[in-house]
Amino acid sequence: MTRPIEEAGNTTGSRAGLTRRELLSRSMAVGAVFVVGTGFIASSTAAWAMEVTALKPETMATLVQMARDIYPHDRIADEFYAIAVKGYDNAEMAEMVEAGIAALNAAAKGKGHASYLESGWERDRVDILRGMEESAFFQTVRGGLVTGLYNQKAVWPLFGYEGESHSQGGYIARGFDDISWI
Amino acid sequence: MTAPFDLTDDTVVVVIGTGAGGGVVANELAQKGISVVALEAGGRYTPDDFVNDEWESFGQLAWLDKRTTSGDWRVAKDFSGLPAWIVKAVGGTTTHWAGASLRFQEHEFKARTTYGNVPGANLIDWPVDLAEMAPWYEKAETKLGVTRTGNRPALPGNNNFKVFEAGAKKLGYKEVHTGNMAINSQDYDDRTSCQQTGFCFQGCKWGAKWSTAYTDIPRGEATGNLEVRERAHVVKIEHDGDGRATGVVYMDKDGNQKTQKARIVCVAGNSIESPRLLLLSASEKFPNGLANSSGQVGRNYMRHMTGSVYGVFDKPVKMWRGTTMAGIVQDEARHDPSRGFVGGYELETLALGLPFMAAFLNPGAWGREFATALDGYENMAGLWIVGEDMPQETNRITLNTAALDQYGNPVPNVHFTDHPNDVAMRTHAYKQGMAIYEALGATRVFPTPPYPSTHNLGTNRMSEDPREGVCDKWGQTHDVANLFISDGSQFTTGASENPTLTIVALAIRQADHIASEIAKGTI
Repeated sequence: MTRPIEEAGNTTGSRAGLTRRELLSRSMAVGAVFVVGTGFIASSTAAWAMEVTALKPETMATLVQMARDIYPHDRIADEFYAIAVKGYDNAEMAEMVEAGIAALNAAAKGKGHASYLESGWERDRVDILRGMEESAFFQTVRGGLVTGLYNQKAVWPLFGYEGESHSQGGYIARGFDDISWI
Repeated sequence: MTAPFDLTDDTVVVVIGTGAGGGVVANELAQKGISVVALEAGGRYTPDDFVNDEWESFGQLAWLDKRTTSGDWRVAKDFSGLPAWIVKAVGGTTTHWAGASLRFQEHEFKARTTYGNVPGANLIDWPVDLAEMAPWYEKAETKLGVTRTGNRPALPGNNNFKVFEAGAKKLGYKEVHTGNMAINSQDYDDRTSCQQTGFCFQGCKWGAKWSTAYTDIPRGEATGNLEVRERAHVVKIEHDGDGRATGVVYMDKDGNQKTQKARIVCVAGNSIESPRLLLLSASEKFPNGLANSSGQVGRNYMRHMTGSVYGVFDKPVKMWRGTTMAGIVQDEARHDPSRGFVGGYELETLALGLPFMAAFLNPGAWGREFATALDGYENMAGLWIVGEDMPQETNRITLNTAALDQYGNPVPNVHFTDHPNDVAMRTHAYKQGMAIYEALGATRVFPTPPYPSTHNLGTNRMSEDPREGVCDKWGQTHDVANLFISDGSQFTTGASENPTLTIVALAIRQADHIASEIAKGTI
């Protein structure tokens, strides 16, 4: 069952309810993220799907890839990047984001790629991003990711970070000095 | 129990701010039977209210009023609206501080004499010395329960300290220990011992770390002589035709303007707000700002020469577990110009949680070089550099009339550019900090730029000569006899040590002085 991403940090529930088979039948692969024809993007494994309302689904899929290219963590699934940029899918931000992604794709075409998503190597995409890193759009997306990605409690364990500890009595009896290799 | 004082009561001492300076001076005066009204811009939080979550806590406690920045420092680029990482709450930045409590060294009170004429630096000697301060330091250490002083045991070292200690000893450093910390290593003063929770910067939920929020403030209130008004933001100090302070104007929690009369005013709003308030209080009689005949109000802004070093190892460290500042190397704190700079620096362990590490490791950086650094988070150890920076007249707080705050007043602009001595010292400290971790086999090290300032100092400095500074050795302003500076803005120079213990020692001493002058009828 596919989990819908509705709000940042909330991936529980099953409203989208797509099976992988349904998803594949209704989507086209663009990079690692699928664009589903009916206003969804979804992971290629159908583990999650996100409804996109104000942005074009292709735009959101490109934004997710851009987010990964800005802070590439190979052990972190696209879902967390999608959550991190989900907030751009609203009427106030849509124009800025569509224009930014259009500029990104234009830059990709200028370097001989069909689009940003279809430039195959991370290095090619990073070259494109380097060319626009002073732009307000890039800086907005990058700055937003600092909290949007790294302040998701669900990603903390992937870095080993344990978060709050007071409710567990701190680490006085839970290994504050348990290092064994010194 | 808490004394409510009338706005027209002109017998009270008004203290502006409730942190290490204001909170202590307010309580010390109240203990001596003197009536005090303390005005605090922020709200009141108890340890139960503090949160073990970096961004959420930042939203709860940080001073986020509008500010601007200029100068060559990188903070002006990366955090242009956030020059300082300090607190707006009852207790001030004593809720956030790490707890390091070190006495200044003798030569640091004599910076001009010891360092000589350093071009570009506006150095003078303090009008006090270590011998005069020693008994006040002892009182401060007793109040704060500082470890490794007064027979109080040291804190145990956490993982981050063990890495730091082992690397430092391999380099040959000798003065390596878990610090003189205002964090209880055993139950003390009705507060529990440290539970090694981490999140010292977010307010200690155990109350094991000293903060005025749950020590001096409630104790002062219990005397019946102290009234604390929270969410009371002072916007002006008023004076009479003789140039004596008569009261303060503040905005209350509902946005209403009030005036509290006063016999004496103590300013302790931190080194950005304190000079700003004096500048905002300019009048016909004091056209350049209150107590500013020297022109030094707002100048000589210091923030300590800082920086961090993080090292990644091939095995886990889990540096976030336990006290945030868990140990120190003091060998480099000496004055030894053969290193290429005057003054010295301390190396102290530091840990950030993942969210703040992402924000502060290399602000603005992106791509795989940055992301793989964070991939090593669990295997990372960290230290902070704190050294003496040079006072410069051009590093200063000014009123930015092009930007207004929520009350329509000009916001403070914080201008800072490193002195060449600061740069030379930081370069040396980065090299030594990286060597500590490399000595233990770090696979990657990161010389991390300074964070927004927590040690804000020097903008109303003490001086023997009224032409060279704003206040005298008691913090009493040269120009206005019943106006005192009670926070770190009175620091003549920064020294290499964390400032809180000295702020507290000066505040205890100042309260003693004020009480004796009141008894003598001189103010």
